Amino acid sequence: MELLFDNIDEPGLHTLDVYRARGGWDMAARALAMAPEDVLGELQASGVRGRGGAGFAMGTKAGFLPKGEGDKFLVCNADESEPGTFKDRELMQKNPHLLLEGIVVAAHAVQANNAFIYIRGEYDYVADILDASLTEAKAAGLIGELNCWVHRGAGAYICGEETALLDSLEGKRGNPRLKPPFPAVQGLYQGPTLINNVETLMNAPIIMRMGGAEYAKIGTERSTGTKIVSVSGCVQRPGNYEVTLGTPTREIIYDLAGGPPEGTDVKFFFPGGSSAPVLPGTDEYLDVPYDFDALQEAGSMLGSGAIIVVDTSVPVLDVALKTAKFYRHESCGKCTPCREGTNWTVKMLERIETGQATPMDLDIMASVCDNIIGHCLCVLGDAMAMPIGSMIKHFRAEFEEHMDRAQLAATEMSRGPHAGPYDSVDPVGEATAELV
Amino acid sequence: MSLSEPDVDRGGRAQGRLAALVRRYEHGSRVPGWDEAADLDKDPAVVPDPATTPVPEGLSGLFEDYMGRYPDRRSASIPCLRAAQRHHGWLSPTAIEQVAASMALTPGYLIAVATFYDMFEHAPVGPHTIYVCTNISCSLRGADKLYEAMLDAAGDDIAFNIRSFECLGACDIAPMASVNGVYVGPMTLEEAPTLVKQLRDGAEPLPDKQLRRRPIARTWWASGERPTGEPAGGRGAEGQTAANNEGEE
Repeated sequence: MELLFDNIDEPGLHTLDVYRARGGWDMAARALAMAPEDVLGELQASGVRGRGGAGFAMGTKAGFLPKGEGDKFLVCNADESEPGTFKDRELMQKNPHLLLEGIVVAAHAVQANNAFIYIRGEYDYVADILDASLTEAKAAGLIGELNCWVHRGAGAYICGEETALLDSLEGKRGNPRLKPPFPAVQGLYQGPTLINNVETLMNAPIIMRMGGAEYAKIGTERSTGTKIVSVSGCVQRPGNYEVTLGTPTREIIYDLAGGPPEGTDVKFFFPGGSSAPVLPGTDEYLDVPYDFDALQEAGSMLGSGAIIVVDTSVPVLDVALKTAKFYRHESCGKCTPCREGTNWTVKMLERIETGQATPMDLDIMASVCDNIIGHCLCVLGDAMAMPIGSMIKHFRAEFEEHMDRAQLAATEMSRGPHAGPYDSVDPVGEATAELV
Repeated sequence: MSLSEPDVDRGGRAQGRLAALVRRYEHGSRVPGWDEAADLDKDPAVVPDPATTPVPEGLSGLFEDYMGRYPDRRSASIPCLRAAQRHHGWLSPTAIEQVAASMALTPGYLIAVATFYDMFEHAPVGPHTIYVCTNISCSLRGADKLYEAMLDAAGDDIAFNIRSFECLGACDIAPMASVNGVYVGPMTLEEAPTLVKQLRDGAEPLPDKQLRRRPIARTWWASGERPTGEPAGGRGAEGQTAANNEGEE
């Protein structure tokens, strides 16, 4: 079933004329004619959950905003930086007006008078398309009184975290804030703020068209609707696929994305971006339905809906090191457990790689991860600790084997290229030669 | 203080040559060391006087436009810094001063903001910026080798600013690169020299590999031949962006 990807490659869809010809902007008009509470009611009835990572029900979150007059803000989170995720890029590039319509609908539901689209700086060409569409929509009087702008970031993963995004939008360094107060009460410029992901907002006009109750029938009971899943890594046909929530994960990886290359198998996969704990490629995990609750029960999360597949030819240590280095680079440095923990995890993984590690290191690493989780203002540290922890849990044997092998190789190297077998050399002599 | 040897450890080799034009302190870094006493007699830099800080015509108009968009003008600091960087090539002290004067903020505040974000350049760089994604998905498909190949292809040409970057959000075309903001991929190692040549000649980078021309995955993989027609939502937008003052370079 395709809702968001329905004929999305229609030529010229990014222009107002083509979008209107397929009934676009009608839903915004219908929503504006309704009372805000009724629009909010439809969103709540749909049960649509946030597509950005946390999976919080959109209608419920919008309901937290205080009612009545006053400056309220709607922020669209288009800072899609989660490794493996690229759904918003495709959606915004091909159907920018659907996002703008969604913003108008959602802004009316919560009575917001300012709306900002915070798009990551790297998506410059997508932002150009959005800017052009916004100009078109403003000229046609579709945005109304709403003060709506596209705001470009400048490259920081942490700005995808909602409170860091708000700081960045206020023109500061993107450091997360303490919660509570939640943004719904005190957000942008200390005003009530609703923050939603691009895909969530794009669902709003679709919900208005179908009716909330009808939309809720798609998918499973607690994960309604469709989801764009970004499949990447070791698969034959990487890309964005729209699936109904609850589709078995195996179907997405094998039937849609073509499965891993010939001669290899799925070793493990990240079910929801690099922040989600990995799941091994066994039947038990491949048959898990792809929805919010089932993945949580399986010990992972749906996150941003990005499946990164790793096949059997790749050492788990390489992936762990890449993941940890990414979070070390992107940690904003505000909270000590995250800033130091990510750094030490990278150092310990490098020790394992170069053969300097002892078997104790894996346990120390696990304890470092334990000390990060839940001890910071935001979940960036947790987002590193969880996948690394799950890799150690599922592939401990491989880590240990690598440790032994690297240790042996390191010893061989220190004995020089022409060294014979152990019994024919004088270890003490060699060692002193090295020191001199 | 004297100019020192180019540093090759800061990403691109060519970048190092340009960066060397910025003075170094005696301990080798371009910023004062943590143990170096601050000059306590010197006042911190204040907001530059707009009367004595000339701002180029086009740039000041942009700054005004950005500041007018938000309830608090300070929100415009990132857009303004971006505009200044585009105009000057990097965030030179002059660039920072111009933004500071226009926004009535101290240079220190702006530098603190700018150093947080990856896309701001704090040393002179060449006009061609190439980000090679070396994150998980891309590296599973050989991005690290591609990064090396790009560095080799550019050699010591100071026109190229080649950086390895975190996930650029285009894992479907891994391994990929963002060439002056244009996403191209999946790139082969042989295409690295081609790309460098195209940029030197002023041609479009790898036209048949641009992401904008790709339909959604289901269509793309179902069709045997690779469509290379008009990019979806691409070309038409460029002319109209002038109104928003964020057109392409």
